Amino acid sequence: MDAKKRFHSVRLNKELCKGCTNCLMHCPTEAIRVRNGRAHILDERCIDCGECIRICDYHAKVAAIDTLEDIKRFKYRIALPAPTLYGQFRNLQDVGVILTALRELGFDDVFEVARGADIVSRAISEKMREPDLPRPMISSACPAVVRLIQVRFPDLIPNIVDIRQPMEVAAEIARAEFCKEHSCAPEDVGIFFITPCPAKMTAIHSPLGQEKSAVDGAISMLEIYGLIRPMISRIQREEHMHGTSTSYGIGWATSSGEAKSIFQENALNVDGIQNVSRVLEEIENNKLSDLAFFEGNACTGGCVGGPLTFENNYVAKNTIRKLVASTLARNPVTPQQSVPVSMINKYPIRLDVPIEANPAMSLDENISVAMEKMTRMNEIIADLPGYDCGSCGSPTCRAFAEDIVLGYAKEMECIHKLRDKLQSMAEQMVEVAQIRR
Amino acid sequence: MSNTLLHAEYPVEAEDYTCAGEASADIKRKLKQLGVSANVLRRVAVASYEVELNLVIHSEGGVLSLEVTPDRVRLISKDRGPGIPDLDLAMREGWSTASETARSLGFGAGMGLPNMKRNADEFDIKSKVGEGTTIQMGFLLA
Repeated sequence: MDAKKRFHSVRLNKELCKGCTNCLMHCPTEAIRVRNGRAHILDERCIDCGECIRICDYHAKVAAIDTLEDIKRFKYRIALPAPTLYGQFRNLQDVGVILTALRELGFDDVFEVARGADIVSRAISEKMREPDLPRPMISSACPAVVRLIQVRFPDLIPNIVDIRQPMEVAAEIARAEFCKEHSCAPEDVGIFFITPCPAKMTAIHSPLGQEKSAVDGAISMLEIYGLIRPMISRIQREEHMHGTSTSYGIGWATSSGEAKSIFQENALNVDGIQNVSRVLEEIENNKLSDLAFFEGNACTGGCVGGPLTFENNYVAKNTIRKLVASTLARNPVTPQQSVPVSMINKYPIRLDVPIEANPAMSLDENISVAMEKMTRMNEIIADLPGYDCGSCGSPTCRAFAEDIVLGYAKEMECIHKLRDKLQSMAEQMVEVAQIRR
Repeated sequence: MSNTLLHAEYPVEAEDYTCAGEASADIKRKLKQLGVSANVLRRVAVASYEVELNLVIHSEGGVLSLEVTPDRVRLISKDRGPGIPDLDLAMREGWSTASETARSLGFGAGMGLPNMKRNADEFDIKSKVGEGTTIQMGFLLA
């Protein structure tokens, strides 16, 4: 998809931005610059991971997301709760309470994304039996990690598992089943994902690996949490509203949940976008070639650590752990046992559009021009202090040099060079002042 | 007030879960820097978080104020509504009236008012339906 037309959920609220260096320094793809006293997001580089939302002290970084009002556009509405939602309510033992609460908020039906995760787990298990797979296979579940790979590790694109995210699989099935049961047209049904992060919202509007998303919109988990919390003490769970996923599907909400559900001996799970970057770097250098499967999550703890969650991610992870344990005790079945093969053959489960590299980080399309630019960059860098302080509005001196070469910045914007210049000008003034005719 | 060492006001918006807890975190930070004793600090932290979350969850928005004088720390919560219809019941509400679900989910029913009163040395609450609620808490220093 053309980078210019790409939708970005992560946005800046200019009024609240102080022009500090917090988000600038924490962006994993160096996609932020501070100019004219406020942050600017470089669209081509932004992977919508939400790190800047997390780190901004002034709440100037926000996620453009749908609200509960938006579901009213549709005659019928289905909620797709990410299993992360269950972790927001401490000691939750009955998922049915949350599903009932969602119905009370105005949804006609609820389809657990954890169930979608079960189906995807089964599909990945099948995929991993194929011969001659690249090592390791990389999960496609976290859209921010897939985008990170497109921008910084494009040669790992062939390693990405070509299976749809649980959210998409859940939406396809939810729509098909609902329309069959209620004899209604597919376009009358609005399917909304309850999301812990902006990356999923971006994935709906700018899908990866598929032409169009099966989901109509995403509602922030913070909004839903805020609405459910005051009413939760009085909810009587509806009889037919009970959890229908395996414990493994629920486990997808936390880091290692996906790896556990596919029963791969040599699987690795890494959480936190900076950690994921470091490990992908190793994979790229062929240092982890005996690894069969890599699960990367942009957020610490997995999706429970998303920027649009309320509960502390460690507490939420524990809540999920306990819920998984009690669900497993009640229903000791794996996704491979509970999901029939017919399920993965009946619905679109594979990614059918190739994921393309995003050359946002390269200096130029033409390698000779790129080499010239790099030479100039190195000359400029040699003359810079190397403090990586961010005062110029670029995250590092190297990035600043690149911005100068690409025409986006001027050397005197470096506050240290400016001070040196002022100092030498002051010395010259002193000399001039001492001139006696 | 001439003997006020510190005064800070924190506007709290209704349903603003993104910022929930930030006011009480800042209050704790300030009091730590002032060297307030650990015991007082803990009680203020618990009470201020409780009252701030109330403003977010149950009120139509309001202001949380901090006032430090040489002898006490004062927390004042003033909201724009809706007001508490039965104050006596609200002050008594606790685990006994919470539903099974609420208790299992870690929430006492109601607004944690008994918890606040337990942690404060001085506690006063006034409320009128249609107007709002004002809670004043005092924590004695030494």
